[in-house]
Parts: sequence; C-alpha cells; structure tokens
Amino acid sequence: MIEQPVPDTTPAPRPGRAVSPAPEGRGPVDRRTEPSVLSLRGARQVFSTPRGDVPAVAGVDLDVRPGQVLCLVGESGCGKTTTARMAAGLAEPTGGEVLYRGTALRALGKQERAGFRRAVQYIHQDPYASLNPVRTVHSTLTAGLRRHGLAKGRDQARRAAIDLLERVDLTPAEDHLDKYPHQLSGGQRQRVAVARALAMDPEVIIADESTSMLDVSIRVSLLNTLGALRDDLGVGFCFITHDLAVAKYFAWDGEIAVMYLGKVVEQGPTPDVVNDPRHPYTRALVSAVCEPDPDLARTKERVRLRSADIPDLTDLPSGCDFHPRCPLYEQGRCDTERPPLVETGGRRLLACHVVDGPG
Amino acid sequence: MAVTTSAPAAGVWGTIAQGLTRTTSGIIGLCLVLSVLAFAFVGPYLVDPHNPTDTTAIWGPISSEHWLGTNHEGKDTFVQLVMGGREPIWVGVVAALITVAIAVVLGGIAGYVRGRVDHILLQITDITMTIPFIVLMLVVASFYRTSSPLVVSFIIGLVTWPFLMRSIRAQVLTLKEREFVEAARLQDLGTARILFVEVLPNMAGYIFINFIIAITNAIYAVVGMYLLGLLPSTADNWGLMIQQAWDNNAFLLPSAAPFLIAPMVMIMLFQIGLVTMTRSLEQALDPRLRDR
Repeated sequence: MIEQPVPDTTPAPRPGRAVSPAPEGRGPVDRRTEPSVLSLRGARQVFSTPRGDVPAVAGVDLDVRPGQVLCLVGESGCGKTTTARMAAGLAEPTGGEVLYRGTALRALGKQERAGFRRAVQYIHQDPYASLNPVRTVHSTLTAGLRRHGLAKGRDQARRAAIDLLERVDLTPAEDHLDKYPHQLSGGQRQRVAVARALAMDPEVIIADESTSMLDVSIRVSLLNTLGALRDDLGVGFCFITHDLAVAKYFAWDGEIAVMYLGKVVEQGPTPDVVNDPRHPYTRALVSAVCEPDPDLARTKERVRLRSADIPDLTDLPSGCDFHPRCPLYEQGRCDTERPPLVETGGRRLLACHVVDGPG
Repeated sequence: MAVTTSAPAAGVWGTIAQGLTRTTSGIIGLCLVLSVLAFAFVGPYLVDPHNPTDTTAIWGPISSEHWLGTNHEGKDTFVQLVMGGREPIWVGVVAALITVAIAVVLGGIAGYVRGRVDHILLQITDITMTIPFIVLMLVVASFYRTSSPLVVSFIIGLVTWPFLMRSIRAQVLTLKEREFVEAARLQDLGTARILFVEVLPNMAGYIFINFIIAITNAIYAVVGMYLLGLLPSTADNWGLMIQQAWDNNAFLLPSAAPFLIAPMVMIMLFQIGLVTMTRSLEQALDPRLRDR
C-alpha cells in the first residue's frame, strides 16, 4: 500500500555525504538513462496583463526521472514556480507540452489523467497555508487514501496514516494524528504535507521552495527525510529553490537547471555546475552564496554584475536577456542575438555567446 | 507511545456540547433556550388544554386560578402561552433549515464551480431577492385559507435565502484560492468532497450563526404575519396572541397587559438565548479558537 519495493539494495548515497564531491560515473548513473516520468518540452507560460504579455516561462525543456533530483534555481520572479505548476498540471502551458510517461497531458484519457494526478504530487512552499485548518492530521492524510480505495475501513486508514507519519520522521506518530495544524510547528506541518503527498504513492514530487519557510536546522532534517524518500522509494524530485546551498545539499547526485527570466541558461550535473559554473549568471549566483569561513570569505572572488535590476518581463532586452547585467558583456552578438541553449559536453547545457564551449 | 496529548476527537456533537458548556454566556444561553423549548414542547402535556371561552371573566386580573389573567374572551392567558409556543418555533426552525440549506448548497456551488453555473445561480438569486415577501404571503394566504405552519415555513425558507447565498458564495470564492484547496485537488478528492468537506467546514461557525439568525428572522416573520392578519386564526400561537391583544386594544387596559407582554417576552427570551449560545458555538466550531 504505502510500502514500495526498494529499487536497489546497494547503499544509497545519502544527502549527508554531499559535502565531498562525488566522483563521476558513480552513484545512480544507471537511473539517468531511465525514461523520464515527467518531461517539459518547450513549455511556455504567457500571462496577459494590462501592461502587456508577460512571458513568465519562455520555453523550457526538463526531465524528471525516478529516484533523481532535478533542481531549479534562480532568483525571484524567474519563472521557477510557474514551471513547477505547469509540471504538476496545476497550470496549463500556453505553449509547448508537458509529458507524463511520454504522453502529453492534454492527450491523456480520464483514467490516465487520474493516474497522473496521483503520480505527480506537489508540496507547497507555505505549510501554514497548505493544510486545512479545520481538519486533523489524520483526516488530512486519510482523505486521499480512502477516496482512492488505498485503505479500507477506519483501522486500516489509521494504520496507513501512522506509517506515513513514521516515514516522514514525525514520531511518535500516534501523538500527532489527532492534532490540528495550528498545534504543530512549521517543520511538523511541512512533514505532514510531505506525508500527504506520499499517501498517493507518487512517482514524482514537485517541491516548490518547500524548505524555505523553515529555519536552518529543521530545513536540514527535512531535506534528509526527503533524501531518504528519494533513495528508498525511488521518488523523483523536481526541487525548486533560490538557495544554492540547499540545491547543493539535496541534489548532489542530480542535476541543476539555472533559470533566468523564464529560460534555462545553464543545466548540468550538480557538482559540475556548482564547482565549475560557466554561465556568468550562474557564476554570480555561486559567488553570492555566503561563505561561513571568514578567511575564505575575504579572499573569495566576487562576481560584480553591471546592474542589480532584473529587466522588466514585459520589456525584455534585445539579444541575450542577461546582457544588461552581464560582467562578460561583449558588444556585438550579446545585444543582438539570443544565445541558444546548446550542449557543451559532459551533459552540460549552456546558453552564452562568450563562454561558449567547454573550458 | 500510547500517551495522547491532544483530546480525542469527540465528534461534532461532543465538540458542540463542549463549546457550549465552556463559557458562562454559553451556559446561560443554553439554559434559556432549553427552558423556552421545554415550556413550549413539554408544557402542553402538563396543562389542561381545555380552555373555554368564559364571558364572565373577560380581561381578568392575575390570580391563583389564572396565573396570567384572562384575555378578551375570558380564556386563560397562561394556557394559551403554553400552547402557543410550538408553532412559531417549528416554523422558525424549518424555515431556517430550508434557507440555510439552499444558501449553502447554491452559494458553495456558485463560488466553487464559477463560470456559467455561477452566472445562472446568481440570476436566480437576484430574481428571488426581488420577490416581495409580504405580498407573496398575502396572495398565498388569500388563496389557501388553511395554510398550515409547514407551508408558511416553506414560503419563508424559499424566499429568504438569497442574502445568505451571496455572502457564502463570496467566502467560498476566497477560500477556494487557498493552498489547502489546491492540495485537495492534487489528491484528486473530487469536487463534491472538496467543497463540502474541505471548504465549507471552514465557515461552519459563520453558517451556524446564520442558521440561528435565520430562526430569529423566521419567527419574527411568522409573528409579523399574524400581527398583520395574513395568517388564519387557527391554533394557539404567540403571534396570534399579540395580534389579538393589538386588535382588542389590550395596551389601553392595565389588567390586559400580561396577554400582550407575555408572548413578546417568550419570543425575546428565546432569541436572547439563541444569540448568546451562538457566540460560544462559533468558538467551538473553529479548532483555532477552541483551545484558548
């Protein structure tokens, strides 16, 4: 019911080990070749506003594979959440496709659509808003189980709810079942939200800034819980964050896609992107991460942007979207021609004229 | 492991009982409501319903034989008071049930489903809102002279729902955008369940208060209709008593005062009890307020 066959018996890489760089070719490489559960193909979302059309997401291609983490990073307003909502089927893309197991969402039949709805779960950012204030934890967790016949009868549903709470490390589970959300702390609420998503036995969990409302110690423990789900249950994650440190911690074995103004500007395996950022925007993001060691912080090279302002989405700059802020800006191609996202070897994708190609 | 820190889920009725007995005002309100209900529903079995016209005792004073004196026909006022409570309370409750049921269902559907359904339901609401209630009662009363209390409550219920429906629709519109509703949609719980189990319980307190207010309004409406003479003089009824007192100029005669004042006091006690009780109930139905 809740228990899923563990995909592989080899000791799964724990997120706690993420500090040391994982050597290439180790870890869940076999999973990278697995067919993706959820894919976005040229997905676009254009909002019509009185001030003009806002292209919140301007064509992204992403794949989420079972047991893998795809991390979307970028600053506020770059279209991360819109992308996630399209992937979760909460918003219809205005262009392009969202594919579930190779079939476009809009082409799914009623039955398949219900299957998709349960297989792809979404965890909201704010655990204070995503739990119904008048329903107990038990009621929140079992509603879906009973609705879809995953648990029959009161006792079975209660046991299933206890299993779920234990899986998200909210123990003793019995103590929390009859509580209301307002009796729980932020971290506990977010665990209940994760447990609710797990109740649907999902293949993919889309976590939209799910840890950003929590304080640091609780954030790490929730990330460890999510990591255990990824490794033990083979749940694929689409993890959205503005915090590169979180991305590094959670998605070390996975991929990072850096978004800027609705487009992916750089994508690749997490260690490569974090240790060797190529795109000037990624470099700026990496250099903006706080360095806890004061000696290192003093010597740390900082990328200086030419401008701190994000361009208006209704009035995007010509050529490369980043050129008004880019420290590597070269007159000519940068402000006339939009760089395409091209593969640069080592499974890395990059959209830049200046630092094109490997090295 | 077995130590449970939170109170076990006591069910809706347990919650209501708990909420009512927790505050002083809740207990006072509950006592008032229960005593008026006992007076009106148990009382008739304890008094002699035989209350003949006695021309020798018209507008009799308060005495040991006639606790509240007698009326213009020499009938005992107290017996009438005991016998006359059932009908207005019944009519009030049934009418309130109808009003609230229609308003909650239609308001919920209109607010949650939106689109064309919302449009049509709003049109129906606006049309219903324009029906002049008193005139409709006049028409009905003149066509069906023997309108039963049930018919009266149906008419009140079917005419007074639009205001509540509009405010419930507005609240559903805001609740529907909350993230927990989206989370329920992600669980594929189905529209009916989301609306009636996830959304509407969030306004249980509001709906309950409106139910009480609807009882109050329906009782006043039925009493008002008797006062205007729109309803036939059949059984004993507090509204009818007030009307008869008014018709027979009881307000000019000090010894006739009980006949006019007693039914009004009963109605007021009932309403005060309901309103006091409701404030505690509202807290009981909201888990966030319950624990304070």
